[in-house]
Amino acid sequence: MTLLDAHLVASAGTFRLDVALNAAPGEVVALLGPNGAGKTTALRALAGLHPLAGGHIRLDGTPLDTVPPHRRPVGVVFQDYLLFPHLSALDNVAFGPRCHGVGRAEARRHATGWLDRMGLADQARARPRQLSGGQAQRVALARALAVEPVLLLLDEPLAALDARTRLDTRAHLRRHLAEHPGVTILVTHDPVDAMILADRIVIIEHGRVVQSGDAATVTRQPRTDYVARLVGLNLYRGHGTGHVVTVPGGWALTTTDLVHGEAFVAFPPAAVALHPERPAGSPRNTWPATVDGVERHGDHIRVHLTGPVDTAADITPAAAADLDLALGRHLWAAVKAAETRAYPAAG
Amino acid sequence: MTGRTPLALAVPAAVGLAFLVLPLVGLLARTPWSDLPARLAAPGVVEALRLSLGTATAATVVSVVLGVPLAWLLARRAFPGRRLVRALVTLPLVLPPVVGGVALLLVFGRRGLLGGWLESAFGITVPFTTTAVVLAETFVAMPFLVISVEGALRAANARYEEAAATLGATPWMAFRRVTLPLVAPGVAAGAVLCWARALGEFGATITFAGNFPGRTQTMPLAVYLALESDPAAAIVLSLLLLAVSVAILAGLRERWMSTP
Repeated sequence: MTLLDAHLVASAGTFRLDVALNAAPGEVVALLGPNGAGKTTALRALAGLHPLAGGHIRLDGTPLDTVPPHRRPVGVVFQDYLLFPHLSALDNVAFGPRCHGVGRAEARRHATGWLDRMGLADQARARPRQLSGGQAQRVALARALAVEPVLLLLDEPLAALDARTRLDTRAHLRRHLAEHPGVTILVTHDPVDAMILADRIVIIEHGRVVQSGDAATVTRQPRTDYVARLVGLNLYRGHGTGHVVTVPGGWALTTTDLVHGEAFVAFPPAAVALHPERPAGSPRNTWPATVDGVERHGDHIRVHLTGPVDTAADITPAAAADLDLALGRHLWAAVKAAETRAYPAAG
Repeated sequence: MTGRTPLALAVPAAVGLAFLVLPLVGLLARTPWSDLPARLAAPGVVEALRLSLGTATAATVVSVVLGVPLAWLLARRAFPGRRLVRALVTLPLVLPPVVGGVALLLVFGRRGLLGGWLESAFGITVPFTTTAVVLAETFVAMPFLVISVEGALRAANARYEEAAATLGATPWMAFRRVTLPLVAPGVAAGAVLCWARALGEFGATITFAGNFPGRTQTMPLAVYLALESDPAAAIVLSLLLLAVSVAILAGLRERWMSTP
């Protein structure tokens, strides 16, 4: 069953957004994409804060396109929260119910309940500037949920927090999103947030959806360089003829998967072995490569290589010491066919 | 910053300060302190002060009621001719007040654009009444309020209004419960400036409202007229106006007028 059925067409300056979004009750959808991809514009369009140039928004079958923001059953958590500075945490949360005609005492009781659920009962009288980042985030979530929205929108809900608070708040947010019976749309540029918080990920680049699916599918089969980089894979697009994918430029990669026609081939940097000389024997995929950059990456060394294709390789510090990784050094790269994955580009 | 103050700056600064302070010193030096209480209690003085305070307050109330929405419109809504509207709003700041008074006469006078109609339809005559004093003061003082409030609105984050809208607030509710509290200091500062300007109003008032003791003779008018007949009375009235002005400044304190 589809609760949210939206096709958002909007423009801002020369930028054009054209994104279709659907979601079922209880579903959490992450809009993931680089800065300037149009994620926030999409969110603002759903909230009625950015005009639609085309398309439609239907929530539970009711068209929302021409409904002004204050009459949409929508709750928004803004990136910078936008808690009203002149109101206490409690009155911030009670603001929504008050606007919906609930009496002052009743609205405050309702708001107290929400602050309790967020573990903020003793911050009720605090002004926003007296709250820590994590507390402000939770007050903002309580304020958005207090109007009992059908559609909950979160714009980079964790971006303003430091690493430690982020971890706690993410777990807290996940619990509340799981309880939300309506649709949640979450905008983020952090793949970890998307994977942990969302049931489904929609990846937006340049105002278009480039890929969507659950975290596992997106992680295993990226369809753009941006996604491949996010999930840490080398990704190439080429033409498949059986077990061989040929990329533009003529370089051919052997895989164990069978593909015909336009196809992606992907492999993790850890699958790339580096040799000072052309290796004899087994790996069928070997190619000459030149060191273009070296950086520390967790407990291993990431080597950026140019050659017939640009590649990232992860090797151990010990292996790096043996290789003498000066910039411009010529090496041989090798990948076993069994460590690559090929999948059709269409669909 | 430490170090010697350059003479090229220190000397003009001292002269400037003296120029501003010396007239006040003169006023205090010439004040007839001995019979001050008696002169202050004179019926004409009390009447003029009461009229001045009353009309300046009324003009400020009118300015707030009309000026805040005008400032909101200028700060928050893009409409064709907004630049022109802003220029028109600030025009009374640079217009000689006497011209303002003449213009008001041409509108509200007996043969004026609205005056004839007001008289025939409602029997209301505006010129040379206390109402005319309030109108003249409002005309001259409201731009101070509009400019001050528009600045405060522009400095306030308009996205708070968006946040209010997503919580179900109509634009009017968002204005009343979010925007207005956020810009309240700006409104207060604008209202004080507006009140001070209204209190000192002379040119437009004497042109449009005339000089009738008890009805339209405000303090500045009384000062000017007393100067010809009874200079000592003029000094006393001036001192009173000065005291009121200082009280306003003290009221504003560092709150809105200080540099950070």
